[in-house]
Amino acid sequence: MKLNAVRWMAAVAIATVFHVAAPATAALTVNGAGASFPFPVYAQWAHQYHELTEVQLNYQSIGSGGGIAQIKAKTVDFGASDAPLAKKELDEAGLLQFPMIMGGVVPIINVKGINAGEMKLSNVMLADIFIGKISKWDDPTIRKLNPSLKLPNKKITVVHRADGSGTTSIFTNYLAKVSPEWKKKIGEGKTVAWPTGVGGKGNEGVSAYVRKVNGAIGYVEYAYALQNKLAHTKLINRDGGELDPTIASFQAAAVNAEWKAEEGFAMYLTDQPGKESWPITGVSYILLHKQQSKADLAQAMLKFFDWCYKHGKETAEKLHYVSMPDNVVEMVEDAWGKDISAGNGPLWPVK
Amino acid sequence: MEHSATGRQQSWKTSRSMDLLFRGVTAACAAFVLVIMAGIFVSLVWNSLPTIREFGFSFLFSKAWDPVSQKFGALSSIYGTLMSTAIAMLLAVPLSMVIALFLVELAPPKVSAVVGNAIELLAAVPSIIYGMWGLFVFAPFMADHVQPLLSEYLGWLPFFQGPEMGIGMLTAGIILALMILPFISTVMRDVFAMVPDVMKEAGYGMGATTFEVTKDVTIRYGIQGMIGACLLGLGRAIGETMAITFVIGNSSDIFISLFEAGNSIASRLANEFAEAAEPMYLSALMELGLVLFLMTLILQIITQFWLKRVKKKMGGDLL
Repeated sequence: MKLNAVRWMAAVAIATVFHVAAPATAALTVNGAGASFPFPVYAQWAHQYHELTEVQLNYQSIGSGGGIAQIKAKTVDFGASDAPLAKKELDEAGLLQFPMIMGGVVPIINVKGINAGEMKLSNVMLADIFIGKISKWDDPTIRKLNPSLKLPNKKITVVHRADGSGTTSIFTNYLAKVSPEWKKKIGEGKTVAWPTGVGGKGNEGVSAYVRKVNGAIGYVEYAYALQNKLAHTKLINRDGGELDPTIASFQAAAVNAEWKAEEGFAMYLTDQPGKESWPITGVSYILLHKQQSKADLAQAMLKFFDWCYKHGKETAEKLHYVSMPDNVVEMVEDAWGKDISAGNGPLWPVK
Repeated sequence: MEHSATGRQQSWKTSRSMDLLFRGVTAACAAFVLVIMAGIFVSLVWNSLPTIREFGFSFLFSKAWDPVSQKFGALSSIYGTLMSTAIAMLLAVPLSMVIALFLVELAPPKVSAVVGNAIELLAAVPSIIYGMWGLFVFAPFMADHVQPLLSEYLGWLPFFQGPEMGIGMLTAGIILALMILPFISTVMRDVFAMVPDVMKEAGYGMGATTFEVTKDVTIRYGIQGMIGACLLGLGRAIGETMAITFVIGNSSDIFISLFEAGNSIASRLANEFAEAAEPMYLSALMELGLVLFLMTLILQIITQFWLKRVKKKMGGDLL
């Protein structure tokens, strides 16, 4: 017994020594923090990349606001945000911003007798519901668009995010684009003054409320709606396309977009043209300092992002995210070559 | 206090240096608490200066909370904090008192030990568990069973009208009550147990019933300790964050109906702090923290006054 204990302690001691010794010989550790929306895919990518290269990547999903604050304070090597920063803010902080991954936001409902994808809503109707103008499920406008559905005379309970979030930012940007009234009265942002309804914390809070409250409507990230089998609605986009949320419909929204590197690729993929474009699509961004202090670390970081663009597509799709189109990736990597440097020169080949 | 302190000093005269050291260390530790308190206060005031300058006192009386147009007011959060705490205290205090009395006065020792331990165990459950349980189990139960009943029989009161969603002010208050119940009842039990048997036996000896002894001896003797127990529960309820955030519904409006959603200071901070980037927005959240700090302070002062009055009026010797 005693001998066993001694052996065990020795094993622990050896393990500890090796554990401490290991990082000294192994490669670099990159730290990032920010948006929670892309966290599952960043974590997967980091894990796969670590197995290939020994580069250790830690990503903390503390929220976009936190990510922006941390990268500005230089406590992390890269930040991540679901809402793009304006050019002025980027320049002031000396940051480079580029898109990493895309995803969709979908409306989810809980109306007795109505299954996923059975109800159709138009852009303006969705805005009217969230502003409180359409307050019953058997409202004439909903009935007109869904003549085959048996709609109950039930009050609509709006469920929104209570915490500040990139998802809300994408969703309200969409509502502001499709409804002048929304734009004037409420506006867009990570948290807005919701005219009606209740707030749930996180995607899980919103979906829990929607599931429990009969007559509720809310909005969550696509991946979340899918994994939890929540009843989504179809949306009719600006060109009359009647759509279910799918990876293809998110990609369609990105195709026609005009990305501009000099604007920090700032882009809301909401209400995009094209019959196949899902109207509530969003982009998640990475933020880097243009002046890097450690060349090897910065290079490792860029190599990782490059690997994600080129070899991470399958993983992303499995997790219901949409990877960036090749032409955008090219623009992003051009921007790396031009803008990111460490002391004596660029860190990425300039074309 | 004064007398006993000087008495002790004299008896320790033999090892004076040790005494001084001990005294210094303990005083420093006590002072450290004050320094931390002052530090929190100063940094809260400092960080909320932008909104204090911008909105002044109207911050306290406005229910606007609009990060887009940068208009902030604390009224709905203050209301939600006070309301949910009031509901919790209203439910938890009488219940805790009854539980404590049962455990001390009426229950067989074995039952008392088992139930007592179970209550202490409840106090150790993390608040996130109460929150999740509240959201996934208790809120649907409220919506399906409790709220329909309340609106049927008490629906003529404005408090019990409105949507039967399960979440909202009432549910938050009840969850809070469950959370503070173990704290209050454990302390009350200890208070009642400290009432000297001689006093109670004297009561019984004069022919009083159990109820009369409880009412006129046990409670009277322990009244200060009971108020202290309530204060402990109140302190926990007013600042409770996670559980409330899950079930209060997080709406910035103020409703008379307890079925409707609301928000508390702590829930608002938990929800919005991580993503607040603009200086005014951050400052508004900081000022909310300051308001909570001051609310707790004022409550403390009021109860201290009250305790003194109670002591004068009813006697009691526990504090």
